[in-house]
Amino acid sequence: MKKWFSFSLKSYLLRHLQVMLFSLGRLWRQPFSSFMTMAVIGIALALPAGLFVLLQNVTHVSSNWDDASQISLFLKQDVSEKEAKQLKTKIRDWPTVKEVHYQNADQSLIEFRELSGLGSLLDSLPDNPLPAVMTLVPTESTTSDEDIQFLLRDLSALPEVEQAQLDMAWLKRLRSINQLLERGIGLLGILLSLSVLLVIGNTIRLAIINRQSEIKVMKLVGATNRFIRRPFLYTGFWYGILGGFFAWSTLLVVLSMLSEPVYHLASLYGSEFHLQWFTGLLLLYLPLTGIFLGILGAWLAVGRHLRAIEPDSIKPCP
Amino acid sequence: MIQFTDVYKRYTNRHEALSGLSFELQQGEMAFLTGHSGAGKSTLLKLIALIERSTHGQVFVNGQNLSRLKKGKIPFYRRQIGLVFQDHNLLHDRTVFDNVALPLVIAGESHREIGRRVRASLDKVGLLSKERQLPIALSGGEQQRVGIARAVVSRPPILLADEPTGNLDPDLSRDIMQLFEQFNQVGVTVFIATHDLELVIAMPHRQIVLEAGRLAPEYAVL
Ligand SMILES: Nc1ncnc2c1ncn2[C@@H]1O[C@H](COP(=O)(O)OP(=O)(O)O)[C@@H](O)[C@H]1O
Ligand SMILES: [Mg+2]
Repeated sequence: MKKWFSFSLKSYLLRHLQVMLFSLGRLWRQPFSSFMTMAVIGIALALPAGLFVLLQNVTHVSSNWDDASQISLFLKQDVSEKEAKQLKTKIRDWPTVKEVHYQNADQSLIEFRELSGLGSLLDSLPDNPLPAVMTLVPTESTTSDEDIQFLLRDLSALPEVEQAQLDMAWLKRLRSINQLLERGIGLLGILLSLSVLLVIGNTIRLAIINRQSEIKVMKLVGATNRFIRRPFLYTGFWYGILGGFFAWSTLLVVLSMLSEPVYHLASLYGSEFHLQWFTGLLLLYLPLTGIFLGILGAWLAVGRHLRAIEPDSIKPCP
Repeated sequence: MIQFTDVYKRYTNRHEALSGLSFELQQGEMAFLTGHSGAGKSTLLKLIALIERSTHGQVFVNGQNLSRLKKGKIPFYRRQIGLVFQDHNLLHDRTVFDNVALPLVIAGESHREIGRRVRASLDKVGLLSKERQLPIALSGGEQQRVGIARAVVSRPPILLADEPTGNLDPDLSRDIMQLFEQFNQVGVTVFIATHDLELVIAMPHRQIVLEAGRLAPEYAVL
């Protein structure tokens, strides 16, 4: 008992460090197979993480749109240009309204012609069927559903207004698609984590089988199961952390390949959108996930296979 | 130091390897375990090292009743016993030094202590100059010496050897036996299984002879 109390923490940590480096050295001595295992783990980690990054970007963009949720006011046909201008100035002064944009019926027609390509159809009509439209953006403080509903009611009550409409339906749809994707990516992440566990477990199992005679010798000279287990757990640790870094660098490469076309696409829509990479966050989470899965996988494999190896090294004479 | 009382060992194939075995070895004694092949010598040593457990009867070693020893305590029990095997059981991807150091590393000795004791042990078996080599690079006799150095490096009170000279020529065998005698002279209890009768007869130590798992009649006296 006394020995346990005088047990020095420093030498304990030193011993762990030795085992840790020893395990790394073993991986290093089989660079090819170590790299393969690490790459498999890395890809399995990178896939859900990459999808997650893309989804985060979509969510981020749509939340920007949310701030700019618009209301369209369709004016009655008999409202004159002058009345409309007056209405515009009036609405702009409301405390709940941030900006108002007016587009008369002729402009609506031109816009429709451009967007739809149905010019000849419109030409055949006797007069312009389209209304004048006023687009307005509520102030930042007017975001709750309730505020918006009040605003809509007030707007609909105006005599010049035929209909007031909130352009939100598509956003809601996008949101629910996002949630669905998030759940899908979560499930994919769980499945791939399981496969990482299996890969590491199997790798450790093979390592144990390869070292069977060594394990027997160690047991014969008094090694505890805990002592024998340790280097295998560290092997799992190394596979995990290296796999995590591999996943991280893979993601950086893939995202940098995506970022140019995404930027280009966004600029076509007049947006200054840049892909957000979450580089720092991923650098933290990928290796941590890797370490967790690595040690867990090794633990499961070792638990199953180590106990079965008992020395029988004093062989019976033939 | 080692006491067998009416010990039976039956393997799963119902073959009785040892039957009704009783004998005692005093602390500091050196003895040979002889008998024809298949007589049960290895089995007997395995019982002492707790590689196997007796089916019946009691084995006491260094004051411990082995049939009462819990599985989790076996590693600590084995640290009191130095084991030497015919085929050395060295780790081939580690240097001579690392092989000999293994029991000390397992016991959690400090770095300095390990270096000191491993060198003392290698010096004793005359292999100090080979500490950086891999076992493959050594001759059979040298490998056996490394095995012995590993067995004694943690200064166990008991040293067991199973056919330690099985693969060696007579001169080398005599050297190895003399090495065991030296350890015995400093107080280690030494028990060696061998079928090399010529060698045994030339040495003034007690013999325990097995015949088909029983003590041979003329040695059955304690
Ligand atoms: N692991 C085992 N399983 C079944 N039978 C065994 C085992 N080990 C030894 N035996 C049998 O027990 C008997 C004694 O073997 P052993 O102790 O190796 O004798 P020795 O070492 O004297 O040659 C032999 O008949 C052998 O076949
Ligand atoms: Mg034998």
